[in-house]
Amino acid sequence: MKAFKLHNPTDLESALALLDTPEARSGATRVLAGGQDLLTEMKEHLAEPDALVNLKHIPGLDQVHAGADGSLEIGALCTLAALEEHAEVAQRLPALAQAAGVVASAQIRSQATLGGNLNQRPRCWYFRSEHAPCLKKGGTECFSYGGMSKYNAILGGGPSYIVHPSDLAPALVALGASAEIVSAKGSRTVALEKYFTLPSESDVKRETVLQPGEILRRVLVPAPAANTRSSYTKFREKGSFDFALASVALALVLEGGTIRSSRVVLGGVAPIPWRSKAAEAALEGGQPSRALFEKAAAASVRGAEALAHNGYKVPLAKGLVIRALEELCA
Amino acid sequence: MSKTPDAGDSPDSKALSRRRFLRGAGGVAAGGVLAQGLIGCAEAPARATAQEPPEPAAPAGGETLEGELEIELSINGQARKLRCEPRTTLLSALRHRCEPALTGTKEVCDRGNCGACTVHVDGKPALACLLLAVDQRGKQITTIEGLGSPEKLSALQQSFWTHDGQMCGFCTPGFVMSIQACLDKQPKASLEEIKRSCSGNICRCGTYPAVFEAALAVARGGK
Repeated sequence: MKAFKLHNPTDLESALALLDTPEARSGATRVLAGGQDLLTEMKEHLAEPDALVNLKHIPGLDQVHAGADGSLEIGALCTLAALEEHAEVAQRLPALAQAAGVVASAQIRSQATLGGNLNQRPRCWYFRSEHAPCLKKGGTECFSYGGMSKYNAILGGGPSYIVHPSDLAPALVALGASAEIVSAKGSRTVALEKYFTLPSESDVKRETVLQPGEILRRVLVPAPAANTRSSYTKFREKGSFDFALASVALALVLEGGTIRSSRVVLGGVAPIPWRSKAAEAALEGGQPSRALFEKAAAASVRGAEALAHNGYKVPLAKGLVIRALEELCA
Repeated sequence: MSKTPDAGDSPDSKALSRRRFLRGAGGVAAGGVLAQGLIGCAEAPARATAQEPPEPAAPAGGETLEGELEIELSINGQARKLRCEPRTTLLSALRHRCEPALTGTKEVCDRGNCGACTVHVDGKPALACLLLAVDQRGKQITTIEGLGSPEKLSALQQSFWTHDGQMCGFCTPGFVMSIQACLDKQPKASLEEIKRSCSGNICRCGTYPAVFEAALAVARGGK
């Protein structure tokens, strides 16, 4: 790991000031939270910052605030372990608690943060190898397209075919969350669905709208509507701990045996958490049945284009959607 | 609190630590948690040594660390002074910067994939390879050496022995630390809970069944 300067600001304004310099904006300064992804990037020389701004000494950034209206504000430094164990999160937002509980291992969950999970970099093995000058590292080619594509995208790919590795992201998009972003210039709030960017619609080297100088401060989750059920279902190649081959986050309003509204968001299959409005349309107004679930599952992967080695993700994602719907509507 | 042999408290180091403390405290109306953190820093000085760079462009509140530092960590209930850099991981600090060295915590993948370097930070399991040593000031670090000794094994260590919970033994400290963290929280943990607690630990010899037996025996209050 290259030597770096470690800034330990004790208030947010100081942290933002440290990020508001020309050097910092050029990418030479990175934000450190739990470090569970960043340190691996630095050890692999994918990131070689001159300085880190450590957010862990700033009080309050890890707090979860439960609003009287049923909404939740979750500080970006809240650890995944704390999120999983938080009584109100488990009660109001099962999809989020479940997602937090299936990230990596107990050792990583105790340190990894909500913000870090949402901002982690892709796991594509070409991206992670310092020897592969791929598109996302400023090269001219996405090597997975003609190469080993087992873990890459079937939806939304091109020109890069990474999949977004976060488990929390699909769950939070399904729950209609938004991200509060702060910088020295002020703050802005972005629907989490718009927080993640496709490689075709934005800078291919980034996965989110977060700009240099900005910090994801907290995630706001609105109160779920009455009779909302939610879940997160993840399929891993290695059951003990692994990233998702495919996953599905669901949030349904089920009233009197009818699905009034729904959100269906796939993980592990696209460069962003993949919300399928076609699957939602298939479910809405319907009564839970195997036939309905199969229709929604087929709709959820509409437009999928497999690469050479990831065709299995199409039936896998469909199967997960059916399984998740059956369990949630049971 | 016992001190390590090299734990010299020179007037110099005190002066430096106070200065850093005051600089850190200056711009901050400290809340409880924060105050604790800063007091932690004052007692465990992030002391830049001989080649301390000129005053860094310090933020209004906080500190900036660079180059060789002397820090104090609380490891297995002992205050340990050591020299490191901001980039030094806790794993490297334990194995290469502590004198005497603490080599019970193993380095295998150094990327958070294997669990061999599992330690407890404030009672929670964590991977020493993915933590910066300087970030652990003011926290309670427990390593495998802190659970028991060859003369007096902990109950879980003894159970690994009894149930042959290791083959080559290289992953064992990590497994013991992960499962101990689980048992500290749930003394009567189920097999599922035990499996989940050490799902981030990899044993290349494949001794998982014996590891689970060893852990379950302790959870059931047996040997």
